[in-house]
Amino acid sequence: MIIQGRVFKFGDDLDTDAILPGQYLSISNPEELAKHCMEGYQQDFPQKIKQGDIFVGGSNFGCGSSREHAPIAIKAAGVSCVIAKSFARIFYRNGINIGLPLFECAEAYEGIDEGDTVQIDTNNGLIKNLTKATQFQAMPLPDFIKDIIMSGGLVEYVKNKLKNSRRISL
Amino acid sequence: MGYTITEKILLDHTQVKNIKPGDIIQVDVDFIMTNDISGPVSVKQFEKMGAKKVFDIERMAIILDHFTPNKDLSAAEACKTMRNFAEKYGIKNFYDAGSGIEHVIMHEKGYVKPGDLIIGGDSHTVTYGGLGAFSTGVGSTDLAGVMALGKIWLKVPSQLRFVYKGKIPEWVGGKDLIIYTIGQIGTDGARYKTMEFSGEVIKGLEIEDRLTMCNMAIEAGAKNGIIEPDDKTECYMREEIGITEYRVYKSDDDARYEATFEFDVSNLEPQVAVPFSPGNAKGVSEVTGIPIDQVVIGSCTNGRLKDLREAAKILKNNKVHPKVRAIIFPGSKKIYKQALKEGLIDIFINSGAMIAIPGCGVCFGGHMGVLAEGERAVSTTNRNFVGRMGHKSSEVFLSNPAVAAASAIKGVIAHPEEVV
Ligand code: SF4
Repeated sequence: MIIQGRVFKFGDDLDTDAILPGQYLSISNPEELAKHCMEGYQQDFPQKIKQGDIFVGGSNFGCGSSREHAPIAIKAAGVSCVIAKSFARIFYRNGINIGLPLFECAEAYEGIDEGDTVQIDTNNGLIKNLTKATQFQAMPLPDFIKDIIMSGGLVEYVKNKLKNSRRISL
Repeated sequence: MGYTITEKILLDHTQVKNIKPGDIIQVDVDFIMTNDISGPVSVKQFEKMGAKKVFDIERMAIILDHFTPNKDLSAAEACKTMRNFAEKYGIKNFYDAGSGIEHVIMHEKGYVKPGDLIIGGDSHTVTYGGLGAFSTGVGSTDLAGVMALGKIWLKVPSQLRFVYKGKIPEWVGGKDLIIYTIGQIGTDGARYKTMEFSGEVIKGLEIEDRLTMCNMAIEAGAKNGIIEPDDKTECYMREEIGITEYRVYKSDDDARYEATFEFDVSNLEPQVAVPFSPGNAKGVSEVTGIPIDQVVIGSCTNGRLKDLREAAKILKNNKVHPKVRAIIFPGSKKIYKQALKEGLIDIFINSGAMIAIPGCGVCFGGHMGVLAEGERAVSTTNRNFVGRMGHKSSEVFLSNPAVAAASAIKGVIAHPEEVV
């Protein structure tokens, strides 16, 4: 899968309260959550996001609480991928498990600015900065992680797996 | 290039031939566990996945321990959900209210073997590293995935080694070592990493103390805590559990560690973690004399027989201070019965302490022993966050069982030597 989009750039330690403030935790509908994506970072941020945009963050992106709402809000807002120097552990798990492509790449963080247009090949982890004509290599995702993301998340992935295995056993 | 014990266990549970920290691998899981808190959500997700059966009903345990006996209506509903699930899917390893705490039952019943890979729907699943297993906690959706497939994806954690040297002083045990360690590296000092505990001091520790140390690895942010199995582990598995078949992994001499920490513990005094972080480690002498309202002895950290014996040694022929409520909760029914047989329960009751039903309750401010505004407790549990045991201005001081028992008698934080 090739992802392409315009970049929003953030610093280190962007926490889950910035991504999705605690007051919205009772919401579970993704579209509703999307309306508040990054509101804790900047009040009018949700209106700025366009379908396909890419987030680039520093180290420890998504630190803080274990709320799955945070990556859900990012994905539902239309963000196609997050590249960061490093991710907080639970955010990383949650992100993959809800089907949000995540790539760790410190060089990409240094070499990408806000507003740049970036292209990512999710198959091999190649990140191209089309604005600056530079490229970076993130660690490629193993096949089962790609499967989870392509399925749209862990729930769908398991569902597909179970369906297929049943078909085989019939 | 060699591997650590953690890396070897992961390698033997995955298809790939080489691993290094940061790699994402898919692993086969030996055993899974859930409870009355994370369980109901897992059940919902499991059904959403369209799963018709648990990957292996012999390799799952459901333990209702947090809000049991049912604290209120919502707890009653949660427990009912789990009871129904166990019945519908044929989960025989089912432990209802009063059986005990999940992280005690799991090893007591032989669901934990050295070398196993265990995933639980609770952060303190890390406890089983004390027996040389790889174990870690995950969220409800993750656990539902393992329930269905018997597999999970994991990022290989980088490896930290902690070497303890010297002669361990009296009144100092696993709890003190781990509080001291977290104090040294901070509550994020091992974030996402493995904490491997080793050295002559660890070799001398009983299994209970090893479980205590690994239990609190999560308080330093670790993905897992682990101790190489040795003669003591084998003896425990054989004599206590009756299991002799398992794989023993040991770290290679040339294994790669991101960092090694060495501590000489010869002069360590019992440690107390003061509010509001398990990383606020102090020597007990720095905090003696602080008045307290409640003492709690128990939990998955220090609710095992050895812990109760230590507390009984202090409380014997002594009285709990009139201003203190002392609550003792054995980690499991088995421990409860053994404590009865050994006369420990008699000692506790005669001292003025009360015995709670084996389970979690008071440990997380769930029920049975909630603290009021401004109240202070000394507790052998693992967390002292804001509001952990009740009102957000209440305070919890974490300690070993002997310090907790001594404090119960004195009515202030006390060193065990003050009462024996
Ligand atoms: S005893 Fe406390 S820490 Fe342990 S599982 Fe129960 S609530 Fe969690």
